[in-house]
Amino acid sequence: MRSGGSRSAMFLRLLARAAVWRKGQALSALLSVTVAAAAVSAMFDLMVDVEAKLRREFRSYGANILVEAGSRKSFSPQELARIYSALADRGLAVPFAYTVARTEKDQAVVVAATDFALVRKLNPWWAVSSWPEHSGQALVGVRAARLLPPSGSPFRLRFAQTDISLRSAGTVQTGAGEDSRIYVSLDDFSSWTGLKPSVVEIAAYGARGEIASILNDLGRAVPSADVRPVRQVTEAEAGVLGKTRSTLLSSAALIAATAALSVVATLMGWVFDRRRDFAIMKALGASERLITLFVLGQAALLGAAGAIGGFAIGVGIAAWIGRANFHAPVVPRLTILPAIVAGSLAVTLVSTLLPLRLLRRIQPAMILRGE
Amino acid sequence: MFLRLVYESLRRQTRRKLLVTGAVMLGAAVSTVMVGIAVGIGDKISRELRSYGANLVITPEEDSLDVEIGSVDLKPATAGAYLEESSLAKIKGIFWGNNIRAFAPELPVTVLAGAQETTLVGTYFQKPLKYGNRQFTTGARATFPWWRISGAWPEDDSDNLLVGEKLAARLGIAPGASLKIAGKAYVVSGIISSGGVEDGQIIAPLHVAQTIAGRTGAVRRVFVSAITKPEDAFARRNPDSLSPRDRDRWYCSPYPQSIAYQLAEALPHSRAEQIRQVAANEGKVLSRIKGLMLLITLAALITSGLAVSAAMATAMFERRAEVGLMKALGGGQFSLSMIFITESVLLALIGGLAGFACGALLARTLGRAIFGSTLAVGPVLLPLVLTISIAVAVTGSAMAIRRAVKYDPVLALRGEG
Repeated sequence: MRSGGSRSAMFLRLLARAAVWRKGQALSALLSVTVAAAAVSAMFDLMVDVEAKLRREFRSYGANILVEAGSRKSFSPQELARIYSALADRGLAVPFAYTVARTEKDQAVVVAATDFALVRKLNPWWAVSSWPEHSGQALVGVRAARLLPPSGSPFRLRFAQTDISLRSAGTVQTGAGEDSRIYVSLDDFSSWTGLKPSVVEIAAYGARGEIASILNDLGRAVPSADVRPVRQVTEAEAGVLGKTRSTLLSSAALIAATAALSVVATLMGWVFDRRRDFAIMKALGASERLITLFVLGQAALLGAAGAIGGFAIGVGIAAWIGRANFHAPVVPRLTILPAIVAGSLAVTLVSTLLPLRLLRRIQPAMILRGE
Repeated sequence: MFLRLVYESLRRQTRRKLLVTGAVMLGAAVSTVMVGIAVGIGDKISRELRSYGANLVITPEEDSLDVEIGSVDLKPATAGAYLEESSLAKIKGIFWGNNIRAFAPELPVTVLAGAQETTLVGTYFQKPLKYGNRQFTTGARATFPWWRISGAWPEDDSDNLLVGEKLAARLGIAPGASLKIAGKAYVVSGIISSGGVEDGQIIAPLHVAQTIAGRTGAVRRVFVSAITKPEDAFARRNPDSLSPRDRDRWYCSPYPQSIAYQLAEALPHSRAEQIRQVAANEGKVLSRIKGLMLLITLAALITSGLAVSAAMATAMFERRAEVGLMKALGGGQFSLSMIFITESVLLALIGGLAGFACGALLARTLGRAIFGSTLAVGPVLLPLVLTISIAVAVTGSAMAIRRAVKYDPVLALRGEG
């Protein structure tokens, strides 16, 4: 019992001594483990977050789900409420109503009604000179604007014998159908025409599976409506995200492989370099097992310390990349720490065991003689 | 003497040299691949983003308003102006003609299908065209890659139609059925599902729409899918207000604005505009992904740099005895350092060259695996990779060399390290 205790005390002392005395070598080995762990943790940390961040970017393409009331009908307030509650906070829903009205010169023009505050968030690509803020103001498409008096002066539109007087607050340019329309607020529209929204455009957040379940919930909330994904948006997004993910993954694999290989190279050099020490230890009567344990103990210390330090640095790098590129921090994920430590231990232990195995075959006398 | 020392030093202890060269090579290969990806990803993702569809639209200069609600076009076929079909091939002839991936003309007409009033859109599907002596095919299949057809695509010179899935459900038609429009029976070759307005429309070869509208050679608008560079402040300048030199630079950059400008020049009486939903967002997404890859590349460069430095330092550390002997024989600190630095540079050069070759190969393979086209690593990257390799190797060994050179030769020779 006593001899066992003193032996393990001796072992610990050896470990501590080795760490303090061989500072130079230990430091360069520690550096390579730390760098490797930092690179791998940064990549892991990014992988998880970047996709979510990119998806947010893609939402600036606007709606990816369209809910349409059946032909020539519109949504009742109850149905709209059911759509909003089915979506909850999983996306942004914007109602639209459309009709054709006539200008004072009896030209047909499409009038659309929507919630300006919401549409501004849904479609950030709309180039709008100035958003309407009050009732009675309209947002006029650049092509429709040519039919109307200059901005600020009132104009009249007629729908089914009812006139409305509006003022243009500004113009909208998109290069698509919006340019030919006149947008008014939902309240103005329904008191003028009596029509209710017939389309709800939804920008839903989340991956493919979440979008599918949102589609499902919406379909159940309003069975009579036509719920469909905007394929132009969803398919292109899936394509681009898939390619970006593969690129990231292969970069991560590449960086991890380089990092691991450099750890192997450094540690193998470190063990080989100390063959004289081992020879002396062996000559003094240390068993093969004790030497192996001694070296592995050091390697494990290096591996664990490097992994923890590297993780901290890696999380910092990931946060910096997130801030610099997406203007939002990447949340550090503590869950990857065990994986990093385990991986680091595996690599360090393997890369010390290999050279030890080679050294074992050699007689201590040969090493001590310098052969 | 110096050269001989360097030569001898390189020749001996090959295991160690191999280790260092290998480390440099690995670092250089990773740097090459990452820089290759960072440089090439913009172009690749830009191509991928083209699956969002057309980013430019050409309309007649003096067009009347579009009156469209959902899939129904209420604008009378007689109203408004038209573009000439015969001049469409000129789209490929603009300065950035090679950046035009595809285009599709459209001519909508309101028709009665059964008892349903609906819109029939005439377009090209896969039309062979000729500009100068260049042959190319273009049309809706390339411009709108998200269209799904059950059945078959119509030929451009046939009288076959595509019917939108919602309309088909209402009319109860399946592929192969016949549909009577404006007194003539057409064969429905396929049902189209697009998730957009096309689901309620009929899509036909352009000449069918022209016959129904009674307007030979007329086109209402052209959707153009072009590979562009994300717009910046310079892109948004008005070309007519620029100095001649800036104007040339603007004209010769593939901004959406300048391609639109050139399209309007190429087609008589037309105006071309960006479709902002696609064009504006493309720039945003592209710059995010490019930025991400750039930062990751930077991180990868630093990682491989540090890893190589660590390997260099370890290798150098093992040679204290050698340095001690040289010092005992009268080698000065400077000349000793020079020997080791020269050696590092040589190893870095060899490792860097080999790494560049491996990296270029790897980048090609990765490019093909991920994007279906090779990521070209240009020879311009070679000097960059070599410089990085040398810088990393020298800084990596500098510390260790300094320590080794400062070491007391007596201690080193006695083997007390």
